[in-house]
Amino acid sequence: MTFRPRSIPLGRIALHVFLVLTCLATLAPLLWALYASLRTYDDTARNGYFSVAESLTFDNFTSAWTQADLPHYYLNTLIVTLPALLLVLLLSSMVAFGVSRFSFRFNLVLLMLFTAGNLLPQQVIVTPLYRLYLLTPLPRWLSDSEVLLDSQLGLVLIHVAFQSGFCVFVLSNYMKTIPNEIGEAARVDGAGVFRQYWQVILPLCRPALAALATLEFTWIYNDFLWALVLIQTGDKMPITSALQNLKGTFFVDNNLVAAGSLLVALPTLVVFFTLQRQFIGGLTLGSTKG
Amino acid sequence: MTASQSPPEPAGTSAPSPTSRRGRRRRATALAPRDKLVLGLMLGIPSLVHIALVWVPALGSIGLSFSSWDGIGGFADIEWVGFGNYVDIFTRYPRFWPAVQHNLTWLLFLLVAPTAAGLLLAVLLDRQLRFGRIYQSALYLPMVLSLALVGFIWQLIYQPEQGLLNNVLGTASTDPVNWLGDPDINLYAVLVAAGWRHTGYVMLLYLAGLKSVDPALKEAAALDGANAWQTFFRVTFPVLKPVNVVVLVVTVIEGLRAFDIVYVINKGRNGLELLSVLVTDNIIGESSRIGWGSALAVVLLLISLGFIVTYLIQVFREEGRA
Repeated sequence: MTFRPRSIPLGRIALHVFLVLTCLATLAPLLWALYASLRTYDDTARNGYFSVAESLTFDNFTSAWTQADLPHYYLNTLIVTLPALLLVLLLSSMVAFGVSRFSFRFNLVLLMLFTAGNLLPQQVIVTPLYRLYLLTPLPRWLSDSEVLLDSQLGLVLIHVAFQSGFCVFVLSNYMKTIPNEIGEAARVDGAGVFRQYWQVILPLCRPALAALATLEFTWIYNDFLWALVLIQTGDKMPITSALQNLKGTFFVDNNLVAAGSLLVALPTLVVFFTLQRQFIGGLTLGSTKG
Repeated sequence: MTASQSPPEPAGTSAPSPTSRRGRRRRATALAPRDKLVLGLMLGIPSLVHIALVWVPALGSIGLSFSSWDGIGGFADIEWVGFGNYVDIFTRYPRFWPAVQHNLTWLLFLLVAPTAAGLLLAVLLDRQLRFGRIYQSALYLPMVLSLALVGFIWQLIYQPEQGLLNNVLGTASTDPVNWLGDPDINLYAVLVAAGWRHTGYVMLLYLAGLKSVDPALKEAAALDGANAWQTFFRVTFPVLKPVNVVVLVVTVIEGLRAFDIVYVINKGRNGLELLSVLVTDNIIGESSRIGWGSALAVVLLLISLGFIVTYLIQVFREEGRA
């Protein structure tokens, strides 16, 4: 309930006008990219980009899709994002369960370690990590480079390690709000630690897990730096980093760059429009405590 | 309150009960050895992954920053140079001070413009406004794009002859401004793009904070005859203090991590140097100077550490007292 503002309708109208204009200004870059992507190369070459389109077509999307071999890079991203997402939620919920539902000596230290780890700039870690990956041997069936460097497994691992910091923080805050009696009841019924976690606490965390899943999906999908440094074969790049390489080799005109950019943005936009509530929830989960 | 009940002891346990902790939290229960093992694994495996891949490399950066190493040969070949790298970086590296300056400008800009805009929009949207949800969605939509994509999309706006901006200004055909190529202005052009994406995030954080402000407070202020400004600055804003801290930390971290956008635009050269770019250049560039790159990373670490510690103290203060 908010109290009714005493402003006259005129003020209301001004407010709406201001908000509509601000929203349009916010969306303008995306709309401009969309407009450019729908025009033909000939059209823009003759009339410039700042002109009324002669015709609109989806041709740029199909050429970006095939020329840049986008399906291949979508698949690369999927191979990294999906396991990383599942693992990070699984591992961080276990830690969160441990630190929030039990008392032991290093409880707070562990929680702080995870929280602080997630706040480090990636560049602080990246050089030794590169060496570490170079020195870690892997069997050939796991990585054709035979080391962790230049392998998709390596990308999954660093996403899991780095993102678990944020997830542990958020999930442990969430789990602390679950009444203690619920765990105790399960304990009295003879449930072991793992059963309490898996069958009692985890299902209760579904809203937080859903929020984190959408948010982490966008973050891992959007990763640029880890892939740029830790993947060396262009063929194995996830899509966001691959676009950088593709810009020089395949995309000769802006219409294609625009179409390619929008195609790369598509999965996150779909998540945004279908799971908006969870997405907002995720962004604000860690912030409104206290 | 659960503190008055005593936790049920599982039968057949010989493990010592953590009596010293009992006063603090009654959650502690003596665990069966099997449960102890399970809990140990549940905590141990993720912690091991996190420590091995985040904290060990972070400490490794500190260690290697005192060395001169080109990455060839084993660790035995590392030559230790003490503070040599730091001295060189501070005194002789031409890209360092510009990068520090750009990072600081970046921080300052993000802390002022998107934060003010985000707060304003949050306050405007924090009433039962018609179409409120639509406005809100439009404003934070850029959040889902990666900074790299933001870079691609804004290049369509900033191009000298074909970009939107010069055409709107009417300078495209006569005297086009090279927004991203001119080292005097490209940092600001990029900051507008980065701020475009950041504003929606700040707005969301403040909106969430405003929702948790007790409406009774505002009503009481209104009854006492406070006008909208007074209500906001005397009542609402002080309540938002925890959100302010989160916004500050998120913004600082975002500012120090900034990399993708300048890298896709011009690989962080010619006016767009950032500390993150200098570190990365030592790995993916031709010259692999590990000690040097690590010393740069430590500078970045020291800057961020101040904010990280502040944040941890703020967040965990309550916990320590509980």
